[in-house]
Amino acid sequence: MAADAAIAVYKLVFSMDLQGFGHLLVEGAWVTIQLALCSLFVGLLLGLLGAAAKLSSSKIANAIGNGYTLFVRGMPELLLVLTIFFGSSALLMAIASLFGYDEYIELSPFVAGVAALSIAFGAYATEVFRGAMQEIPKGQREAAVALGMTAFQTFRRITLPQVWRLALPGLGNLFLVLLKDTALVSVIGLNELMRQASVAVGYTKEPFTFYLAAAMVYLLLTCISMLGLYLLERHANRGYQGAR
Amino acid sequence: MNWTWDVIFENLPKLLDGALLTLELVLISGLIGVMLSLPLALMRVSKRRWLQAFPFAYIFFFRGTPLLIQIFLVYYGASQFDVIRESALWPILREPYWCAIITFALHTAAYIAELLRGAIQSIPKGEIEAAKALGMSYPLMLRRIILPRAFGIMMPAYGNEVILMLKGSALASTITLLDLTGMARTIIARTYTPLEIFLAAGIIYLIISALIIGLFRMLENHFNRHQQAREKPQDLDAQH
Repeated sequence: MAADAAIAVYKLVFSMDLQGFGHLLVEGAWVTIQLALCSLFVGLLLGLLGAAAKLSSSKIANAIGNGYTLFVRGMPELLLVLTIFFGSSALLMAIASLFGYDEYIELSPFVAGVAALSIAFGAYATEVFRGAMQEIPKGQREAAVALGMTAFQTFRRITLPQVWRLALPGLGNLFLVLLKDTALVSVIGLNELMRQASVAVGYTKEPFTFYLAAAMVYLLLTCISMLGLYLLERHANRGYQGAR
Repeated sequence: MNWTWDVIFENLPKLLDGALLTLELVLISGLIGVMLSLPLALMRVSKRRWLQAFPFAYIFFFRGTPLLIQIFLVYYGASQFDVIRESALWPILREPYWCAIITFALHTAAYIAELLRGAIQSIPKGEIEAAKALGMSYPLMLRRIILPRAFGIMMPAYGNEVILMLKGSALASTITLLDLTGMARTIIARTYTPLEIFLAAGIIYLIISALIIGLFRMLENHFNRHQQAREKPQDLDAQH
């Protein structure tokens, strides 16, 4: 119902006919949303791990954290998507052949897309989390140690709940970038919004109409995300309203 | 899996050719982007509401949609209209090279305009009041005070934007251009060594990023040299 209404509004506003392909775009948008949310979840975990590695006292963990952010942030996301999709088969098959399995293995485009986007998101999130963790006064951690908490307990009880509030604006920006980067996964053949638009173009030979329609859907998703982020930030800062 | 170093060294000249095209795309579109961003940013900081509307919509569209869609809209989308196909612009819009440059320039202009707006608004009010008190006209004030100051303030953020554009330029490979990513993809289609070649391409991107960061450190020092002059004597004092 909502999809029908949206298609009708689009037709009215831009006076362009989607020729019955509107539902294809709506299905694609749903795959895009799933892709973005899955990548967000895995990416947040990678970001927390990366920040923990960078702030750890272990030199090896520092080196891994630094290498991760340096390499991933200096590499195009498209290259990352392609490397993971095409490179992973070679890698997985090599591992499988060690166990005597010699059939062809390939990651599904969705899994490869989630892997690539979450690795990219995680590298930037590492920096955001690291900055936020350093904002938390040192005295709080010392107090936790004095109370006999282990490093993990300190992290879970003291650092993490406060990091959320400090990291939210930065993470919000990263999510908006992630949402747009999902379009890159169309290159490896996942039927998300961008690819569905290309499919419709193939039938109708009207590229401008369909790419513009897809662009409008991305704008709509961006607006919804911005509203959601605003509400989340307001919720996270509820204890601070009027304090400053 | 057989890791082969040879395939990297054999194809290195081709990859470097691709890197050259990548640099060319980033440089030309960057220069056009800076020029386009100036009027956009100035309209955006204007006090007149109707002047603000266009840059607002422009920036909103280009920052809110994926670069891949934008490049397809220009490269494939333009051919939908007979008006464009019969116009003098068609020989340009038919070429993937110019489509990539046009798209990247329009895209980066939106981001730079937003940076420039922030920089202009963060110039201390006193400096602009002082310029007005000296009787400077708006164009003179723009040339002598506002723009030099704004460029200095936005330089670190602009460096990041150039790096993002370098990474975004990989999308040129989706419209058949043989930039660094495109070249890597063609080599892989022939040799079936995705990990080696993509890794080599990734390292070349990394080196270019490092060079860009170094360049912007120098530019930052140049634009903000008035601030260094203030700091140096303090250093000397500390030594005594």
